[in-house]
Amino acid sequence: MTPLARRALLFAPFAVAAAGGVAFYGMLQGMRTGEYNPRGVPSALIGQHAPDFTLPPLEGAELPALTSADLRNLPGPVLVNFWASWCVPCIIEHPQLMQLSREGVPVFGIAYKDKPADSLKFLRDRGNPFRRLSKDEPGRVAIDWGVYGVPETYLLDKQGIIRWRFAGPVTADVVEHDIRPLLRRWA
Amino acid sequence: MIAELGHFALALALILAFAQTALPLLGAEKRDARLMSSAAPLAIGQFIAIAASFACLMWAYAINDTTVLNVVQNSHSAKPMLYKITGTWGNHEGSLILWVMILALCGLAVSAFGRGLPSTLKARVLGVLGLIGVGFIAFILKTSNPFERVWPPPPDGQGLNPVLQDIGLAMHPPLLYLGYVGYAVTFAFAIAALIEGRVDAAWGRWVRPWSLAAWSFLTGGIALGSWWAYYELGWGGYWFWDPVENASLLPWLIGTALLHSAIVVEKREALKTWTVLLAIIAFGMSLLGTFLVRSGVLNSVHSFANDPERGLFILALLMFYMGGAFLLFAWRAQAMAPTGIFAPVSREGAIVLNNLLVCSISAVVFVGTLWPMFADALFGAKVSVGPPFFNLATFPLVVPLLLAMAAGPLMPWKRAQLWPVVQRLWAAALIGFGAFFLALLLTGEHVMPAVGFGFAAWVIGAAITDIADRTALFRTRLGNSWARARNLPRAAWGAAIAHAGIGIVAAGMAGMGLAQEKLVAMAPGDTTEMAGYTWRLDGVRDTPGPNFTARRATITVLRDGEVLHVMQPSRRWFPIARQNTTEVAIRTNLLYDLYAVIGEEDSATGKAVIRIHYNLLAPWLWIGAFIMAIGGALSLSDRRVRVSAPNRKAALPQGAATT
Repeated sequence: MTPLARRALLFAPFAVAAAGGVAFYGMLQGMRTGEYNPRGVPSALIGQHAPDFTLPPLEGAELPALTSADLRNLPGPVLVNFWASWCVPCIIEHPQLMQLSREGVPVFGIAYKDKPADSLKFLRDRGNPFRRLSKDEPGRVAIDWGVYGVPETYLLDKQGIIRWRFAGPVTADVVEHDIRPLLRRWA
Repeated sequence: MIAELGHFALALALILAFAQTALPLLGAEKRDARLMSSAAPLAIGQFIAIAASFACLMWAYAINDTTVLNVVQNSHSAKPMLYKITGTWGNHEGSLILWVMILALCGLAVSAFGRGLPSTLKARVLGVLGLIGVGFIAFILKTSNPFERVWPPPPDGQGLNPVLQDIGLAMHPPLLYLGYVGYAVTFAFAIAALIEGRVDAAWGRWVRPWSLAAWSFLTGGIALGSWWAYYELGWGGYWFWDPVENASLLPWLIGTALLHSAIVVEKREALKTWTVLLAIIAFGMSLLGTFLVRSGVLNSVHSFANDPERGLFILALLMFYMGGAFLLFAWRAQAMAPTGIFAPVSREGAIVLNNLLVCSISAVVFVGTLWPMFADALFGAKVSVGPPFFNLATFPLVVPLLLAMAAGPLMPWKRAQLWPVVQRLWAAALIGFGAFFLALLLTGEHVMPAVGFGFAAWVIGAAITDIADRTALFRTRLGNSWARARNLPRAAWGAAIAHAGIGIVAAGMAGMGLAQEKLVAMAPGDTTEMAGYTWRLDGVRDTPGPNFTARRATITVLRDGEVLHVMQPSRRWFPIARQNTTEVAIRTNLLYDLYAVIGEEDSATGKAVIRIHYNLLAPWLWIGAFIMAIGGALSLSDRRVRVSAPNRKAALPQGAATT
């Protein structure tokens, strides 16, 4: 190695650290102005219509399928819930969805990467909160929606514009503090 | 009054730390013995001031002083006294005071045990440690003052995150900080060496114990954190590649490389530039972890506060220390020529290979941890880098590492022949293949866990071979071997034990690859079968606690109709924090854990969701890590380390080649 090359190499750690520092600085500035939010699972979809999709119904559930056409010109705000029978938090949030459904809130479901027989058994054992239900076995529509993992719940207003997204189980707390105020706001 | 005293003591510590920076560094430059010797008393003074400040904060917690904002935000009168005390460092501000207190303690240790150090080197090391203290104390005073008052005082505090009310977690940060701050000392040695413009065997002899101590504490701290995640979070796993877990793993990996390369500096006066660079990076990684956790740029269960203001300050500190160190490195490292030369196949060569592999693993973890953040901030792209990436990317690097770490200790310095080393490892290889085939036979078609068992046995076998070789076991009379074993340097024992510890951890990981779990909804009286056991839910009851209410399930585990265990997992509700926690029930026999968690209950059907796990060899993960830390401590107690380092004029000991 020539002395010059060696000298340049010795500067490499400094260059890497400096570049990292600049990037971190940009990140912190972004957090301050609100452009960058590491905590939010913000979704590029908020304020937009749901992506176009058609999905088959869950056979045996006797429920109409959910497609993007069903998410336009609604009578009121609706919830779209991605779930699966294999997911533990989905079991936790299930009673809340049942409660909302009993109160007349339209809850639409998409069974994500789940065997139809398992989804069906889940609903039979625990009750069905869904007005419309589709299955997304390959999970492609979930990718279009930007789903992080199940359960994930979206609230759409009358025009079908996505207003809220929540990753994780909808607990009684979330219903009281987020969903009910949002339902009132977008009614 | 007590809080104001604490605040004052901290401000005093800042001034003392500043003096500890300026006077000794100036003294070393001017060769002024009086200025240089001011370092030790200033270090003592700084430590006393910070310790007093920390004690004041602890007092405010102990008496639940609700006029102190920090106590209001993080404590509550209903909390048990133990967790009031540990709550002192369970929050951002308090943990920073603990951090600087440990830093000051290290400064104290350098000045107390550093009698054999050349006076200019010692003064510069203490000066750099003082400079690190200045930055962090200023950070606390400027952005994170824990002694801020609130008036009128609220009736009671807002409680501490109930997940953190746990003894394992209470001890986890102090151990981690001991590790992180230990790398501040090796960093200070590196900077001092760069200022002096020389790195030699005596320097390596001083850096090695500090990096060993830091590494042992960090090993313990990471293991404790992983154990906590295992029994407290109740997910049944031990490592989740969470960004904050990775942030603690990075200094550990770099520290592992430093530990080994420092030996080469000490014994052979080679790899000097590289070792200095590793010492800088190890501390840089510790600081990076601090930045990631405390600035809010990460989304994690561990993070303290979402505050870009603080983040900016830590980033400025990070850039000042790292930028300054790397500039100094680029300017001065040119002069450090290696004096010891070695062949590629030699002990040094093996250590270089270790360094390359360990640093590659660090690079993978580093990129995998930071890439999602950078992609998000710079390109607005949401990417998630999860366990599959880390497992896939680190595996091909870990395999050659495990292969090579068996051979390294058997190689002589300078120049070695590969074939004799391979020949001496035949027994270890036999054990390794035996374990692989046995595991394959017993577990069916689970290839990956069997490979893990094979490597685990190979590493442990090689560690035993190493000791057997050095004591001439089976080649001479037993009494002879015994005498040799007693005379073996403790560093040799330490290395073999730490390597065997890695093998035990590897076996634990392989075992966890065979873990079984089952999620069932059960009504009282229901039974389910898993891993050859019958699990019966007897019932779920309410039980009161001091600051929570709990629902406790009773699960009886039977085998062939005989009752083996009664397990009582529970779910706690903390009304003040409005938070749920799970209390896992674990029964272990050191070979496997039975692990049960109670989830939600359905009031309509009376069924409760129960998750049960059979975790093969799970305890070995922590036992192995503990053995690694023990190996480090044993190596630290080596006579070479205990007797003060020789003066620079003294010749290198020739007997060094035996270890």
